[in-house]
Amino acid sequence: MKYLYKLLKIIILVGVSYVIISPLIGMIVQSVASTEDIYNPMMYVLPSHPSLEKYELASMRLDYLPTIAKNLLYTLSLTLIQLFVCSMVGYGFARFEFRFKKLLFACVVIMIVIPAHTIMLPLYMTFKNFDPMGLISLINGESLNLMSSVWPVYILTFFGCGVRSGLFIYIFTQFFRGLPKEIEEAALVDGAGVWYTYFRIMLVNAMPAVITVSVFSIVWQFNDLFYSNLFLVDEDIVISKKLASFPGVLANQDKILNITIQQQYVDAGIIMTLLPVVVIYLVLQKKFIEGSERSGIVG
Amino acid sequence: MAGKKRDKTKKRLTALQKRNRKGYLFILPWFVGFVCFYVRSILMTVRFSFSELTMNPSTGGYSLESVGFDNYINAFRVHPAFKQIMTTSVMNMLIDVPLIIFFSLFMAILLNGVFPGRGIVRAVFFLPVILNTGAVTAALQLSAAMMNGGVASGAAELAGTSANVTFSMQYLIGMFVDLGIPSNLLGYIVGAVDRVDDIIRASGVQIVIFIAALQSISPSLYEVAKIEGASSYETFWKITFPLVMPHIITNIVYTIVDSFTNSEVVDLAYYTAFTAFDYGLSAAFSLVSTLITCLILLLVCRFIQKRTFYYN
Repeated sequence: MKYLYKLLKIIILVGVSYVIISPLIGMIVQSVASTEDIYNPMMYVLPSHPSLEKYELASMRLDYLPTIAKNLLYTLSLTLIQLFVCSMVGYGFARFEFRFKKLLFACVVIMIVIPAHTIMLPLYMTFKNFDPMGLISLINGESLNLMSSVWPVYILTFFGCGVRSGLFIYIFTQFFRGLPKEIEEAALVDGAGVWYTYFRIMLVNAMPAVITVSVFSIVWQFNDLFYSNLFLVDEDIVISKKLASFPGVLANQDKILNITIQQQYVDAGIIMTLLPVVVIYLVLQKKFIEGSERSGIVG
Repeated sequence: MAGKKRDKTKKRLTALQKRNRKGYLFILPWFVGFVCFYVRSILMTVRFSFSELTMNPSTGGYSLESVGFDNYINAFRVHPAFKQIMTTSVMNMLIDVPLIIFFSLFMAILLNGVFPGRGIVRAVFFLPVILNTGAVTAALQLSAAMMNGGVASGAAELAGTSANVTFSMQYLIGMFVDLGIPSNLLGYIVGAVDRVDDIIRASGVQIVIFIAALQSISPSLYEVAKIEGASSYETFWKITFPLVMPHIITNIVYTIVDSFTNSEVVDLAYYTAFTAFDYGLSAAFSLVSTLITCLILLLVCRFIQKRTFYYN
């Protein structure tokens, strides 16, 4: 019986994993196959003449290493800001009683629900003529145009309105609510202030939430096309933008018009773009498991 | 003595109040952002929905001309597809949510156990989250759009296999109908199996949230249950399920929102705004659909929140 259960478990896991992974396997195979392999009807999964030529061109056209380094720096800084702000707000909602709390929390949910494109045009206009409370035009004489810079993204993230910040606030709130109140009371009795309690005790105990959110935040910031297109962020720090226009570049610059061949280069580009995120996930995930194998409460 | 005591309670109360006032400080950054960016933008969108907007590309500005409720009347009375698309999107959402939640909870429990190669399997389950995002889909779509003649043979091959699949499906369905399973339920399950690909792809985030939730459960509770002689079935319903419950709400909210933002209504609104350049009508579409989604969320959360157990 026990073995039957184990077998069932393995079958389910392998089956579902296969459904997920099969398009990726296809992409990898296509990206390493040489041109003759593609036209060889005998070729199945393993290419007979594997080559890395597709990767060479893709990395040249995407300007891979410099772009990815800048992109990671940009993503990680945004993630840190987002983690800090969202966990703070989440803690505020989970552990303090103040007036209008329910109403304000409903606002967080509204923020999650509203599709970004609903407020796309207003956001664009806000940052095109950036002038909070008339302060900047008071000093400068005219409002600031923040388009084609990274400032709008940083400003939005800092004020808890970045890429899916609402969801992160929500996740943190739910996690903090789930933690036992006794630790906090103990900290209070020992004379720890509210901020100390939050930074040194609650945040450490919410480590699974912190890691979950940082994983999501990194992935979504890294792959985000919406904000970087809306605010015209420079291509050199957002590799997703380069990737999105990569097929066009291949057609125009390299005169690769054959679709099957083009697809091979695009696949190589996609794999190269995703690689750092997968590595980051694997590293963070290790922490994830370690965290769970310690006892539930620390600090 | 009595006076001293009263003083003490008074002091303690103010300490609590003082502490609670700090709650405002914690949520301050978000509140400022929400008011400056969201409330302002939503108000602007509401204004757009009551007017006709003309862009002025040379200055980057726009002009508004009030048209009253015309856009809303257009959406419900004149626009040929809005009502249908709205209903199908909502129906799809309601069908998908329970499937995705059950599937992801089930997978999270499987993945939370200890087995060799766990790290790799977990990484695999996270892949849909990475693959599902804008850049990859954009690159794939662009090259797929250019791909027209070349895949004719591939398409034929695909059609062959899918015919095969439907054949065996029909056979199985017939078998279950003979067994006397109600056809509504059967239809739902067959539909779910048919879309297993989409469901797996849509539940990456939920699985990760559930795994984190399962790991935040203190192991001592399980130890106690083991000592008391609870079976694993009892342990699941008495410990795991109640403690995961708050995260089920998170996941339902996420699933509803995710299925809404990927639904055809949103596409329709996007298309109306940026291809047909009818910002007013698009604003009306988005507001109506957002309101309906909020309503559904409110009802679902009310329903579940009452049955949710919080640690405190």
